Amino acid sequence: MLKVNEISKTFNAGTINEKRALNGVSLHLKPGDFATVIGGNGAGKSTLLNAIAGVWSVDEGSIVLDGNDLTALPEHKRAFLIGRVFQDPMMGTAPNMQLVENMALAMRRGQKRGLRWGVTKDEAAAYHELLKPLNLGLEDRMTTKVGLLSGGQRQALTLVMASLRKPKLLLLDEHTAALDPATAAKVLDLSDKIINENKLTTLMITHNMTDAIQHGNRLIMMNEGRIILDVSGEEKRHLTKAELIEKFAQLSGSSMESDAVLLAR
Amino acid sequence: MNIIDYFQSLNPMRLLGNLPGGIAQGIIWGIMALGVYITFRLLDVADLSVDGTFSTGGAVTVMLILSGRPAWVAILVAILAGILAGTVTGLLHTKLGIPVILAGILTQFSLYSINLHIMGMAANKAVSVDKYHLLLSSRYIPTAIITGGIIALVLVCVFYWYFGTEQGSAMRATGANPAMCRALGININTMKVLGLALSNGIVAMAGGLLAQFQGFSDINMGRGAIVIGLAAVIIGEVLGNAILGKRRNFFGTLLFVVIGGIIYYLVIVVVLWLKLNSNDLKLFTAIVVALFLAVPYLRSQKKVKSAKAVKGGADHA
Repeated sequence: MLKVNEISKTFNAGTINEKRALNGVSLHLKPGDFATVIGGNGAGKSTLLNAIAGVWSVDEGSIVLDGNDLTALPEHKRAFLIGRVFQDPMMGTAPNMQLVENMALAMRRGQKRGLRWGVTKDEAAAYHELLKPLNLGLEDRMTTKVGLLSGGQRQALTLVMASLRKPKLLLLDEHTAALDPATAAKVLDLSDKIINENKLTTLMITHNMTDAIQHGNRLIMMNEGRIILDVSGEEKRHLTKAELIEKFAQLSGSSMESDAVLLAR
Repeated sequence: MNIIDYFQSLNPMRLLGNLPGGIAQGIIWGIMALGVYITFRLLDVADLSVDGTFSTGGAVTVMLILSGRPAWVAILVAILAGILAGTVTGLLHTKLGIPVILAGILTQFSLYSINLHIMGMAANKAVSVDKYHLLLSSRYIPTAIITGGIIALVLVCVFYWYFGTEQGSAMRATGANPAMCRALGININTMKVLGLALSNGIVAMAGGLLAQFQGFSDINMGRGAIVIGLAAVIIGEVLGNAILGKRRNFFGTLLFVVIGGIIYYLVIVVVLWLKLNSNDLKLFTAIVVALFLAVPYLRSQKKVKSAKAVKGGADHA
């Protein structure tokens, strides 16, 4: 489904702040793969997701999704294949627009936006039915301005919006990191539900090792712009946090103390 | 002159007599404010090209009418000229990476020369309502109010429709959250250019209407148009909130932008009637706009501070 081939990205090349954020990263995801991505700060996790999403173009390598070469496409042209949820709950929705308007915008992801109505009566009713079983109380607030919702509600909504038009790839960039633990757990449950029901191919960055182990069928560990560990299937299922910390120290060769703290946060 | 003499010198009948003209001209500024509303509130940018495009609209309209074209054709061409100017600002910003404020200033600056060329190197051009058939004129104020009112109402309806469409919704979202828009496949650069073009088209149309109303176009008639537009938008919002409150929908918001333009101009009529120095008007307008722009910011600052104080207090406890 997703084929990332040898991509590299250097920021501020030729300056004192030069940073090689991605160093020949290759990653292949099969259809329906749900991979969690862990690694310390600056390991290149978000950079990898942003490279796939097209926030900027990579220096080397190629990105192919479902047979479409995305490497040269700008961000908004890749959107027809990719659903995204950001770390910041404020980033995924338009605060001064109604909930139903936000969903309608997401429903047209990657479509031509012409002079037909932005929200039809039928689709508003359909969204209402869709939100009801989620038990988030969102279905009663269809015409509420999204800015009035809580961070957790907005993040849940962004998640629903990202999957409204079934994406070939779902990118979750630490999407529960800014939420309180109870809300984070709820949003993570919802993520699992949506991913399983729609059999979405997913990349999920997390700072929480327990979450990384418990969710998905693959686990990827990054360090200094490289993928240093990629486990799946049985091996992934039996992984423990202690093993993961040990593996990290072994593979990265860096002091376990400092980075392990970052990882376990 | 003591204060009693001053008040005795004010003639209430003269104020009443000037009100209808003020309303007519206010409607025209209200139409211009609708254009400013697109960029300022929906795209969240301050577009300074409008000072130039307002004059362009006036110049194009007057010259075409003088050359024998019907007034409505002249207005349509003025709208196209405005759209063109707005597109230039948009492309300077999106294709060449020039900050939007500076892009607007550059367009406005260059339009000064262009407007002079349009008017055959004259600083102003008269168009007499006696010789030409105009859409509206200060000589026939009741008709002008009706014509202007109808145009404004039609525009409000068109806006209401357009910003409810898929494309219009995408444009509103562009101002609200550009990061989200890119993730949802909206080309925000296209939306910005489109919004700036539409906005300047409306502003040029208002310029063409004012030129007909006052019977001449002037190279300086657009000076400060952006500030007047902002004033109208803000007055309209404050008034709309006060009168409609939570019932204020998008249609009401747009209607109150036009009403904001009318109120703004009526205030000017009153200020002039009070025999205050009309040269101080721009200072007065700028202060009012600055105050109203500052209030929401200062309020949010206060909230942050009090939230911090509460949190700090809890930490110390």
